[in-house]
Amino acid sequence: MAAPSAVLKSEWTKVRTVSSTMWTLAAALVLTAAVGALLSGVMNATFDDLSRAEQLTFDPTLVSFFGMMLGQLAMVVFGVLVISTEYSSGMIKTSLAAVPQRATFYVSKIAVATLLALIVGLLTSFLTFFLGQALLGDHKASIGDENVLRAVIGAGLYMAVIAMFSMGVASMLRSTVLSLGLLMAFFFLISSILAGVPATRDVARYLPDQAGSRVMQVVPGALNSDETPYGPWGGFGIMCAWTAVALIGGYIVLKKRDA
Amino acid sequence: MIELEGLTKRYGDKVAVDHLTFQVRPGMITGFLGPNGAGKSTTMRMMLDLDNPTSGSVRIDGKHYRELPEPLKYIGALLDAKNMHGGRSAYNNLLCLAQSNRIPDARVSEVLETVGLTAVAKKKSKGFSLGMGQRLGIAYALLGDPEILMFDEPVNGLDPEGIHWIRNLMKSLAAQGRTIFVSSHLMSEMALTADHLIVIGQGKLLADTSMAGFIRENSRSYVRVRTPQPEQFKDAASTAGMAVTLRGDGAFEIEGADMAEPVGELAAQHRVTLHELSPQQASLEEAFMQMTAQAVEYHAHDLSDPNAAAAAAGAVPGAPPAPNAPPPPGPQWGKGD
Ligand SMILES: Nc1ncnc2c1ncn2[C@@H]1O[C@H](COP(=O)(O)OP(=O)(O)OP(=O)(O)O)[C@@H](O)[C@H]1O
Ligand SMILES: [Mg+2]
Repeated sequence: MAAPSAVLKSEWTKVRTVSSTMWTLAAALVLTAAVGALLSGVMNATFDDLSRAEQLTFDPTLVSFFGMMLGQLAMVVFGVLVISTEYSSGMIKTSLAAVPQRATFYVSKIAVATLLALIVGLLTSFLTFFLGQALLGDHKASIGDENVLRAVIGAGLYMAVIAMFSMGVASMLRSTVLSLGLLMAFFFLISSILAGVPATRDVARYLPDQAGSRVMQVVPGALNSDETPYGPWGGFGIMCAWTAVALIGGYIVLKKRDA
Repeated sequence: MIELEGLTKRYGDKVAVDHLTFQVRPGMITGFLGPNGAGKSTTMRMMLDLDNPTSGSVRIDGKHYRELPEPLKYIGALLDAKNMHGGRSAYNNLLCLAQSNRIPDARVSEVLETVGLTAVAKKKSKGFSLGMGQRLGIAYALLGDPEILMFDEPVNGLDPEGIHWIRNLMKSLAAQGRTIFVSSHLMSEMALTADHLIVIGQGKLLADTSMAGFIRENSRSYVRVRTPQPEQFKDAASTAGMAVTLRGDGAFEIEGADMAEPVGELAAQHRVTLHELSPQQASLEEAFMQMTAQAVEYHAHDLSDPNAAAAAAGAVPGAPPAPNAPPPPGPQWGKGD
């Protein structure tokens, strides 16, 4: 058995020595915070135009995280590239010849990338929250308000889990283009379309991003949306279940298929 | 010692590697020879546990590859120069691999020095030329200072200087008592470096022999004779005690060096007309090509008559030249040393 600590160290070197790590994570942070700030400012300026119901369920925390729609895509790219570039470059053969124990290799790789995504995710979520609230004027929430801290930490966790889910999918598909194509289309289009159409809304609620983003809501039924059949951690748990399935699928593919 | 036992790999209907059983013995260079598509790379990937065999097994010093605690310290392999992350520097590519096997960081600089890449160590490896990539791959193989080294066509695409360098490197590694397993599709290259020879064709083992033995058996001299009076010539030659064989194209071959004179005199004595009397030297490359061409033929025809098969081998488009063809010019770098 290769020593797990040695493999973790090796995976850390791998992830920190490619430039894609830096720019995808920076993009995740900047997009989430900037778009969140922009929309917070817009919401503040147009608060009076909101319907009465929307005003009553106004959720300043959730509003500041509106940029997650875009920021999560950068996290998807990060997660996909961590895995898929091993395959596209052929490095996977060299890597597995050095660490033939598939489980050690896979767990180490995902652990290192997830930890990094989590650190960046939490940094992003706190920054985004405070920036957004500063631009929400009188409508802002405070970190000390009930459930707000949970939502902010939840947003950081959400980003890390998005990266993990992407790593699982990329491990199954092994291709940058396929993985990005599928995940981008899913997170950016399919999921929101399904959630927008009344007929599919009940099902769409259980999709990983829809369920997971519930953790960022402080006010149930925020902005006059339908209340979810699950709570914030319930939703997050659903997302984690999806991720577990993707990661297990990825491991099976790694174990069974030729490198 | 590496032991292969009935190693087989099937891709759908295609059998890429077919019940290979052989050993790679310690302390020498074993050449692994086969034409394109013979299954060399597939065999090597299975030896490293990258591809799963359909059946059979590979043991390295009695262990399965996956049981080696830090494999780079046992066996180093160059499969394909491109198997590195192009966005990472040469140094960092090697560093992460070294770390996984607890090889000290200083060793990375050391192997980069050995292969002559120190000057470009901090450069991204995607900008590397084929030769530089090959050197980087060799540096990776050397990282763990392993007893066993495996190279898949290390000279492919290299210039004469690069080929010379790799050949000398292999020899010096072997001189240190290491086991080297190197694949090629060029017999001439193997003749210069290998001590032992494994030949495969269509995934099947065709020969497992010492290089010296292969040369002894295959670098034969003979005289080629064509005559309109084959019966008379054959009788005369046999009576005179000459080893004479009729080839598929109607020509005779008489074994032995310097046989042109006695054969010519014999023909004159028996008043046999000759249309050709030419001394020939079969090259190792030809012997190898004949061996593998027949493996190809084995599937197309039934080998009931060896002469017919030899003739058929010559008739297949793209097949190696028949035995009577002039020896193909050796690659330029095959000469000289
Ligand atoms: N992943 C794969 N899927 C399907 N067929 C494959 C695969 N890999 C190899 N093959 C087939 O298996 C056979 C052996 O291929 P392999 O690459 O091992 O040959 P080789 O001896 O290394 O040839 P070369 O000298 O060209 O490198 C070939 O016919 C090839 O087409
Ligand atoms: Mg090959």
